[in-house]
Amino acid sequence: MDPVTSSTESTEPFTDDAPSLEVSGLAYAYPDGHQALFGVNLTVCRGERVALLGPNGAGKTTLVLHLNGILDAGSGTVRVAGLPVAKRNLAEIRRRVGIVFQDPDDQLFMPTVREDVAFGPATAGLRGPELEERVLGALKQVGMEEYAARPPHHLSFGQRRRVAVATVLAMEPEILVLDEPSSNLDPASRRELADILRSLDVTVLMVTHDLPYALELCPRAVILSEGVIAADDRTQDLLCDEKLMRSHRLELPFGFDPRSVSIPSA
Amino acid sequence: MGAGHAHKLYRHGHSPVHDLPPHCKLAAVFCFVLVVVSTPREAMWAFGLYAALLAAVAAVARVPAGFLLKRLVVEVPFVAFALLMPFVVPGEQTSVLGVSVSVPGLWGAWNVLAKATLGVAASVLLASTTELRAVLLGLQRLKLPPLLVQIASFMIRYGDVVTDEMRRMSIARRSRGFEARGVRQWRVLAASAGALFIRSYERGERVHLAMVSRGYTGAMPVIDEATATRTQWAYAAALPALALAVCLLGWTL
Repeated sequence: MDPVTSSTESTEPFTDDAPSLEVSGLAYAYPDGHQALFGVNLTVCRGERVALLGPNGAGKTTLVLHLNGILDAGSGTVRVAGLPVAKRNLAEIRRRVGIVFQDPDDQLFMPTVREDVAFGPATAGLRGPELEERVLGALKQVGMEEYAARPPHHLSFGQRRRVAVATVLAMEPEILVLDEPSSNLDPASRRELADILRSLDVTVLMVTHDLPYALELCPRAVILSEGVIAADDRTQDLLCDEKLMRSHRLELPFGFDPRSVSIPSA
Repeated sequence: MGAGHAHKLYRHGHSPVHDLPPHCKLAAVFCFVLVVVSTPREAMWAFGLYAALLAAVAAVARVPAGFLLKRLVVEVPFVAFALLMPFVVPGEQTSVLGVSVSVPGLWGAWNVLAKATLGVAASVLLASTTELRAVLLGLQRLKLPPLLVQIASFMIRYGDVVTDEMRRMSIARRSRGFEARGVRQWRVLAASAGALFIRSYERGERVHLAMVSRGYTGAMPVIDEATATRTQWAYAAALPALALAVCLLGWTL
């Protein structure tokens, strides 16, 4: 790993053996008093792909916004590759945690694809040929290098989603956090995105309601329910546990049997 | 999806004018307009020369006259105001085609018309030879406050998104039998406008969140640096310099 931000002094040493993500005892209440998280514990090791499942209102988004320090933990800690999420580390934390938001129109705010992908690394101080190389590399990883000069609103929805992934890949993140990556995608774009995600050599945390997609991509899944991690197991075992699924308002699509699926190898 | 590949004013092409760096062109147009505005209105021939200068630029840029003239239509509301002046400005009266009009009013109308038309023509020429994106880069280079450039750039990026949202809302209204026919329907339209505002505002918040997540701390990184050589500056300066000569003549003659 070479941190983009060699200029920002991160006081903590970079520990190579630390897990990509370590959340312990994380609790949070919104300013209006509504408590969303009640002590979340979650460890994601380097290179793992983990699905974060849970019904609406379970606190999934709240948890995600803690991972890069948008929300400040009420209590408990979040560490990314050993570095605690705290005000003094925010720049480095935001480089390490790449969040892909649900609506690519929110994520892609620059006039052209190239500038958008360059935004993260350029904010961190990268310039010139190094920046170009980084941008092209990220676009290649998602198969969008030919679209660099296009404005984002001239792309199809699936293409915009892929560019959104590239915008965070360009920051060479420690962990990729995807918020509903399959939403609004047609089956072909869905499969293309799955192929891309599988080809990446990066830790992934995928927040989703799309249980077949979670099964396809993530060997491990956790269920966040009422502000705590209610289950943490192999994705296939979780989806096959009907009682557990029902008690957390999780339902498989009609006709889908997780037992009958053979999972593509990583 | 929204409009075509570029904005409507831009005319794709490769000409010496297209190839000039955007900030040179912006500066040239700005100076040209300043010179035109400071020309005495009595020097009518000077305005003819300005028009000829612009026509020469258009010829070099290979922008057809019809293309330019069609886009000059923006000016019409201002022209309407100018046409009123001969009738409402008090002063010595004269008769044109049997209608009594005031002399200072006529001069005023001519002044507004000539200067506005030249200014609009120069701007249209700039817009048809410079991509919007490049205009922004130019403004950034000319040290316009970065916040203004950012706002303009977000307008360009999200204009289509918001228009699209507006169109979907209108379809949803009509699908439920709504037809905007008169004052009584205004309440519904106002509510829609309010909803659109709130949606856009919330999108703004989400965009900001996405920006902060990627390290935004208040300043946009300058990724493309617009640069200009001395020759390019000299080339761009030709228009305002010639115009200045005409202007000075206008004052001395």
